[in-house]
Amino acid sequence: MESILPLAYILIFPGFLFLAVYGLYLQWVDRKLCAVMQNRMGPPWIQPYADFIKLLAKEVIVPDAATNKTMFRVLPFFAMAAVMTALISIPVWTPAALFSFQGDMVVVIYLLTIPTVTFFLAGWSSSSPYSTVGSMRVLTQLFAYEVPLMLSLIGPAILAGTWNISEISAFFAAHPALIPAQLLGFLAALVALQGKLERMPFDIPHAKNEIVGGQFTEYSGRLFGFFCLAVDMELVVGAALVNAVFLGGSLGFAGAAGLAVFLGKTLFITFLLALLKVLMARIRIEQMINFCWKYLAPVAMAQVAFDIFLKYRIG
Amino acid sequence: MSKITIPFGPQHPALKEPENFMLVLEGEQITSAGINLGYNHRGMEKAAEGRTYIQNLYLIERVCGICSHSHTTTYITNVEELAKAEVPQRALAIRTLFAELERVHSHLLWLGVAGYEMGFETLFMYTWRDREQVLDCLELLSGNRVHYSINTLGGVRRDITAEQKAEVLKRIKYLEERTQYYIKLATQEPTVLARTANVGKLPYDVAIERGAVGPTARASGVARDVRKDDPYLLYAQLDFNLITHNTNDVFGRLVVRALELVESYKIINQVLNNLPEGPVAVKVPMKVAPGECVNHYEAPRGEDIHYLKSNGTDKPERLKVRAPTLANLQSVAYMLEGGWLADVPLVIAAIDPCMSCTDRAAVWNPKKGKTEVYSWEEMRKLGIEQYKRRGVDFSRL
Repeated sequence: MESILPLAYILIFPGFLFLAVYGLYLQWVDRKLCAVMQNRMGPPWIQPYADFIKLLAKEVIVPDAATNKTMFRVLPFFAMAAVMTALISIPVWTPAALFSFQGDMVVVIYLLTIPTVTFFLAGWSSSSPYSTVGSMRVLTQLFAYEVPLMLSLIGPAILAGTWNISEISAFFAAHPALIPAQLLGFLAALVALQGKLERMPFDIPHAKNEIVGGQFTEYSGRLFGFFCLAVDMELVVGAALVNAVFLGGSLGFAGAAGLAVFLGKTLFITFLLALLKVLMARIRIEQMINFCWKYLAPVAMAQVAFDIFLKYRIG
Repeated sequence: MSKITIPFGPQHPALKEPENFMLVLEGEQITSAGINLGYNHRGMEKAAEGRTYIQNLYLIERVCGICSHSHTTTYITNVEELAKAEVPQRALAIRTLFAELERVHSHLLWLGVAGYEMGFETLFMYTWRDREQVLDCLELLSGNRVHYSINTLGGVRRDITAEQKAEVLKRIKYLEERTQYYIKLATQEPTVLARTANVGKLPYDVAIERGAVGPTARASGVARDVRKDDPYLLYAQLDFNLITHNTNDVFGRLVVRALELVESYKIINQVLNNLPEGPVAVKVPMKVAPGECVNHYEAPRGEDIHYLKSNGTDKPERLKVRAPTLANLQSVAYMLEGGWLADVPLVIAAIDPCMSCTDRAAVWNPKKGKTEVYSWEEMRKLGIEQYKRRGVDFSRL
């Protein structure tokens, strides 16, 4: 039993199976919310699952011009594996994560950067003009949102006095009054997360009107399906991270109640992200960099400064 | 950084019709842009020569899916001028009404397309939802949503009843409110401003030099509108403003189109409230006396020109169509150069291109990266060779 449990954690809950099912569900929630806000019908709940299964059945075409065919094939699984690994250190249905240690926040941030790097490599190794432009945009965008995202996560860490995500969420669960004080950082993190997930208005790397499918132009079938799944999983993990760092995780609940809190709060974060998506037009890459460095990073910095002040006041 | 050449079309998500733009990129910036036309040549002008004047109405309607009324009206005006037919006032009023309903439908469609190209899907969904109102009006009046076929030789096919008039006025009132909202949105939403301001610059001089027409020209401060310059139908009696804007960019084109919507509502109200009494059509003989005629018309996209030559039979001898997009495409190459790759779809969309109406020129791409235009002699030689292979010799014709 002792040896089976970690395997079940990785494969079933909260690992692969849960992440896949919940990620595709959140994709549906996001699409449905956008549809309702845009005065449309939106897809039925089964649509993302059907899409994924359909993609699994489709032929995989690897372009002749691909520079490294093995890498081209392996990258989607790399992206997915990195996202899944990140979730293990983020509390889901319990106050503490499965494997938490001092400094796991740095590891999670690092693991969440890997999918972006695989997107870049995927586009670059396809060697089609659209993919090349797309992958250059992926990297450019990475330098824009990554710093504000990290800065905004530092604030709560300073306030809680730890680099352990589980301890940060335990701290906020114990001091709920401090949660509203993180509003600026929370909003900055949401916007940066939107950029990380490459969703509107930051879907510049795969802006379909400009560069067709961007970094994924040459991907098809199973490989494309797994890339899409990795993006959906990243939405869950991103929402879980923001939830754990800013909103106090499961608020001290465990088991079914903890899971309900987790689901409720990730759905709320998805709603906020969907709202961001429908409210704005896609901006240009240079406008994105300007925005992230001129406005988003200073906002996150202000939150850090405020948290340092707060920490000094409350001791 | 090395230069990359990106083919933008003929198959591309941003283009609804096949057209090719070869973009040379340096990073994200365009250093040069080339336009290749001719992917959708349908031989309509030739086809028109084999059909009667009445049959041609339905062919010409299909030159463009959006400006169907513009093309038929220009064509039918030519035929009626040659046949010296007196079109009743009520028919002219109904034609004017359709022209403006079409402009409303086209401009709302454009707003949606612009929203889509700048990645603002909500705007796209909203405007296309509201566009249904005007499409319903057109369906109510003519029986069809897009190809209204309201024109006929000597007048219009259908009359307008009092109930239809009330219904159209009601829907137009709703659209007026919505348009005010879109004007506010287009001029205040920060991301829309960021995407449209100073994008696709076309200075006044260049617009004149390259012969821009329609809202594209008017957004560069060129006061050019056939409805004002050479009034046709009932436009001379109507009260409306010529909208111009002086920002010379996509934002200007957005504002011009949005404000033109308001003018169109004004015209629709005036026409419907002052419908002249009388018949809606007169009989015109099928055979048209020999002669030549040219007419122009302010289509939603700009000036549309038709040339017609008759030879005394019931079929035209020659028909030539110059769609507004052909006039505006010359400006697109100028607008693209030096811009961002991200702005390409929007800049192309900003002239409201209608590639399929434009494509009746023969341009040939023989080798990769090289475009040649056939001369008339070469075209003739090619045609003769083509038919020789099929066993017919036209060389002595």
